Amino acid sequence: MSEPRHESESYESGELVNIEPTATPTRRLWLAWVGSGLNAIAGLLFAIPLVGFVFSSFVTRRDPRAWISLGPLENFPEKQTRLATYRNPFTRPWDGQTANIPCWVRHADGNQFQVFAINCTHLGCPVRWFSESGLFMCPCHGGVYYEDGSRAAGPPPRGLYQYDYKVENGQLWVKGGQMPTLANPV
Amino acid sequence: MNTARKIALWLDDRLHLTALFTATAGHEVPANSGSWFYVFGSGTLLCFVIQVITGACLAFVYIPSTNEAYTSLEYLNHAQFLGWYLRAVHVWGSNFMVAIMTMHMIQVFLFGAYKYPRELTWVSGVFLLLFTLGMAFTGQVLRFDQDAYWGLSIGASITGRIPLIGAQMVHLLLAGPIIAGETLSRFFTFHVFLIPGLIIALISMHLRLVLTKGINEYPKPGDKVRRETYDAKYKEIIKTQGVPFVPDAIGKDLIFSGLLLIAILTCAAIFGPKGPLGVPDPTIVDTSPRPDFYFLSIFAALALLPAWMEVLILFGAPLVVLSLLLGLPFFDNTGEKSARTRPVAVLIVIVTVLVLGVLTYMGETSPWSPHMTAWSENPIPVAYLRHRTPLQLRGAAFLQNKQCRNCHALGGVGGERGPALDDVATRLTADEMVRQIIQGGGNMPAYGKKLSPAEVEAIVSFMQTLRPNYRPAALVSTNPEIRK
Repeated sequence: MSEPRHESESYESGELVNIEPTATPTRRLWLAWVGSGLNAIAGLLFAIPLVGFVFSSFVTRRDPRAWISLGPLENFPEKQTRLATYRNPFTRPWDGQTANIPCWVRHADGNQFQVFAINCTHLGCPVRWFSESGLFMCPCHGGVYYEDGSRAAGPPPRGLYQYDYKVENGQLWVKGGQMPTLANPV
Repeated sequence: MNTARKIALWLDDRLHLTALFTATAGHEVPANSGSWFYVFGSGTLLCFVIQVITGACLAFVYIPSTNEAYTSLEYLNHAQFLGWYLRAVHVWGSNFMVAIMTMHMIQVFLFGAYKYPRELTWVSGVFLLLFTLGMAFTGQVLRFDQDAYWGLSIGASITGRIPLIGAQMVHLLLAGPIIAGETLSRFFTFHVFLIPGLIIALISMHLRLVLTKGINEYPKPGDKVRRETYDAKYKEIIKTQGVPFVPDAIGKDLIFSGLLLIAILTCAAIFGPKGPLGVPDPTIVDTSPRPDFYFLSIFAALALLPAWMEVLILFGAPLVVLSLLLGLPFFDNTGEKSARTRPVAVLIVIVTVLVLGVLTYMGETSPWSPHMTAWSENPIPVAYLRHRTPLQLRGAAFLQNKQCRNCHALGGVGGERGPALDDVATRLTADEMVRQIIQGGGNMPAYGKKLSPAEVEAIVSFMQTLRPNYRPAALVSTNPEIRK
């Protein structure tokens, strides 16, 4: 074999390997057909649980959110914005510290609160609060928000995501559990 | 016949080794393809083999759980014997793999090797590039630190912008509604099982095509590819100038591969492993996430694009680039191969490399990001405070305390988001400064609600002193001085 193999010398000449059965052994052919059909059915039976397993999130879809307490109201003095953290309700035993989710709580006045998701609405980086200038700034692409969460500057397409919240038994509760994105604001 | 020879012949008869050799490693190639330009393909393959070997070693220790991953990386770095070195070789192997693969692609493009009849060799190569970038991204996630956590967050935010099915896709990417639970296992599976499997399958196809369609002969200007005659011509080249790849044409590949391996081992020994950089605890918000360098160009583009263009570019650009790459061998199937006669091809390479290079540099320096600590750690240069009135000094203090420096540099230190303020008085009049501070605009937030009129007056009176070398202060066009 000194010459390199050029399998399709020229595809126009159409010299393909002939896979037609030479004789007409009808029984063999029938077995091959039945065998193929059987494997197709078995393959389908195999595929159903596989697809179901991999795409289970589409099948068993339920609201992952739940009410979680951020602690007593005294932790959030009026006219101030503070970082609060909560244990994510959607969690597994092996999550460790990753399931601790931060959020910014602004106590406007009286019973008026705003609870902002940490994630910048541009691409999800953690925004930081600067009380002196009253701004949230994002370290990734320079998104800036005012203290009420509205967009101030930079690339964000909207203001900060806000959690649903309620005040109950002297505590501040938020409905958390999913990562806020433009497709799925908290 | 001695015994050893007998055994060798018996083995060859049973295993068909000679036939295997002549059909693969010993296949005939054009003598002029034994060139220094043709060493990048085998170099990329070497990198992949290094990644498989070091990756398997790391998997002996690594634990793909969000609670344990970071600890197991620290264990690899500090407790496991030579764990740090294997991690270093793995990360440097990946850096070199992306770099050498890019060179391979540029060489193939400039030498017209994608033209008839090697279209599918190019197409399989494009998919290999995609999967390699997939490995780079998933690998960065497995290095489960702060950057990995927020990198996932960025990935989810990008995915969430997909029209209509964004929410479902985020769920699929994260294996749940949030980064937790099975997220890391998912990326582990992709990085360790699925993508490597696909890469191995594609490499088999890629190499088989190199064997069956032959390696591209070194192109000469004026030597045009024609579908009707190329196959016969290539056959003739092999007949007249063909040499077996092993041993006649492999020499330069071997030397390059040897040097490449030494380079990777040396970089790993000198620079060590990458990270992990910070505990993956999302409640630590004082962090500035950055992707690995392969994705810095995209990271930069996302900071610089106008908002209305983002979704278009995020999903449109990859489609366009992919179509162009996959379509290239079909709409440019014949004709000149040599780069000397294809100035447009050379220009495309130069422009692409420059664009990606500049974007990567900008991603590295990120001039659009506020300097979060500038206000508290970079004092105003003393020269700017000498011979100032009390009001101006109060203004300087306000300027510092109100965190203006996070976006505005003074004396070359501070954020670069907004213009440096060293010569602001030569550009803006006092009235214009007041307006800009109170109303914002041009990417500056409005400070009207956060500053009292007295504070604004103090800041402006300080900024009015910022004109170096007694350059004249800015004037309004309605000023009678100018009207004269």
